[in-house]
Amino acid sequence: MDARLGRRLDEVTANMAARGNQRWIVTSIPYVWMLVFFLVPFLIVLKISFSSTEIAQPPYSPVFDVINDIWADTLDKIQALQFENYKRLFTDSIYIESYLSSLWIAGTSTLMMLFLAYPIAYGMARAPKSIRPTLVMMVILPFWTSFLIRIYAWISILSEEGLLNSFLVSFGLIDEPIQILSTNTAVYIGILYSYLPFMVLPLYSALEKMDESLIEAAKDLGCTQFQAFWRVTFPLSIPGVIAGCFLVFIPAVGEFVIPDLLGGSETLMIGKTMWEEFFNNRDWPAASAVAIALLIVLMIPIIIFQSNEARQQEMR
Amino acid sequence: MKRLSAFNVVSLTLGFSFLYLPIVLLILYSFNAGRSVAVWGGWSTKWYASVFQNDQLLDAAWVTLQVGVLSASVATILGTMAALALSRYGRFRGRTLFSAMVYAPLVMPEVITGLSLLLLFVAVNLDRGFWTIVLSHITFTMCFVAVVVQSRLASFDRSVEEAAMDLGCTPFVTFFRITLPIILPAVISGWMLAFTLSLDDLVIASFTTGPGATTLPMKIYSDVRLGVKPEINAVCSLMVGVVTIAVVIASIMTKRQEVERERAERAALAGR
Repeated sequence: MDARLGRRLDEVTANMAARGNQRWIVTSIPYVWMLVFFLVPFLIVLKISFSSTEIAQPPYSPVFDVINDIWADTLDKIQALQFENYKRLFTDSIYIESYLSSLWIAGTSTLMMLFLAYPIAYGMARAPKSIRPTLVMMVILPFWTSFLIRIYAWISILSEEGLLNSFLVSFGLIDEPIQILSTNTAVYIGILYSYLPFMVLPLYSALEKMDESLIEAAKDLGCTQFQAFWRVTFPLSIPGVIAGCFLVFIPAVGEFVIPDLLGGSETLMIGKTMWEEFFNNRDWPAASAVAIALLIVLMIPIIIFQSNEARQQEMR
Repeated sequence: MKRLSAFNVVSLTLGFSFLYLPIVLLILYSFNAGRSVAVWGGWSTKWYASVFQNDQLLDAAWVTLQVGVLSASVATILGTMAALALSRYGRFRGRTLFSAMVYAPLVMPEVITGLSLLLLFVAVNLDRGFWTIVLSHITFTMCFVAVVVQSRLASFDRSVEEAAMDLGCTPFVTFFRITLPIILPAVISGWMLAFTLSLDDLVIASFTTGPGATTLPMKIYSDVRLGVKPEINAVCSLMVGVVTIAVVIASIMTKRQEVERERAERAALAGR
């Protein structure tokens, strides 16, 4: 009896030790990976954003040489930090204009998206239960096909000899083709099109959970259709509205492919400016400074988004 | 359930046509015999034939496929580990930093992720090319896998795991015999998500690649900048077709699996 109990105890402690070991391994591998490939690169960007441009390979002169002499001449190096790149962000008007116009384009298209996506999400939530999964699947499916392809599809629709123009001309709505491609209008269309699922899905999941009888009750109490919507449905869907808006706004600010392929020379967006700084001007420190500044700009919306998500998680 | 109002029907119809019309037109015009993108010149499959004779395109497609399979597989393993660590191990030291590092790449603009990874590779003097793209794709896709798997782990009865361990299973055996089969649908859809994100990526691959490694999106992008060609329509249609088939098969499979599991659960309850 005692021997069996002893063996059982040994087994349990061995299991607990193994559990501790397994925990350690399972946690540390992805942890180390993310430190090496996410945090360290980010610190390098920060470092390079403070260094000066050199026409060399790599085209920057390092400020810190991390491994060789960490503490040796820290003071010298702090003095050697170049704030040049950041100063340029404020003095060269192209950066300020890019940031402002990115925020403006992302903000207005988020708002337009809300008006576009709400009726769709609402219709999906009111559809019979049996077809709802199919509708959700249909919203997600385009999201699985390449982003680049979906933008590319719009080029042939919007170009001067494209489908939209020939359609409008043949129906006599316009006399001659209008330029849509290479304007900001095309950028708006591109953003609305490619981020639509990000807005529809959170709205749908908020609307779907809603108790239909609440609207009936509001109507019984004398609300018109619109009042019932505005005072009952909409307030209940606000978590979905917040989630959707940030899911569209945050990536749209840093968007590169859409302004590059659909926009024209008038389109200033920060992702594109950074790409050009990096690939065309080969100015890595400036590109790094633009990246850091972009992150700072996006920090507030990211924090709001994550706290909204955390609150939703707790309520579930 | 009431019937849909006219307003609902109209908004659904308009919404879905907006989503699908461009893709349908793209596929339709890939069969256009003429070179123009707007004038219909009759049916033809010649652009598909020319795709299969274009070695550059085929090479790029092959590189993309290899990158996708490799990076999605590693990302699935790492992402599942991250999900287990986040949802099973309670509070451990450095958990806040860990969860921040897992969630941040989900919303991080691609230009920043791409730039920072490139600067890392330059700093450690790694030859850029195929493997640096794979490493970068693992890094940003594993976070998506972690989120998908974590949501499955959250809705899962942990007493099953504990029962297995009480019955003498080692944690290792418990994971492979109990936990993994239950979360498998999420792991598979995590892999699929990672794979399509990798197939899709232009920005991060452009930053982290070197001479000799061109992925399909990079090739399409450089061709598109030179002008719209029906050949690109054909490539894109092929990609849309492959992805659609894969997604439909995957969703049918997970549905069947769910039905089976429910039946098994009912049978187990009835047998008691």
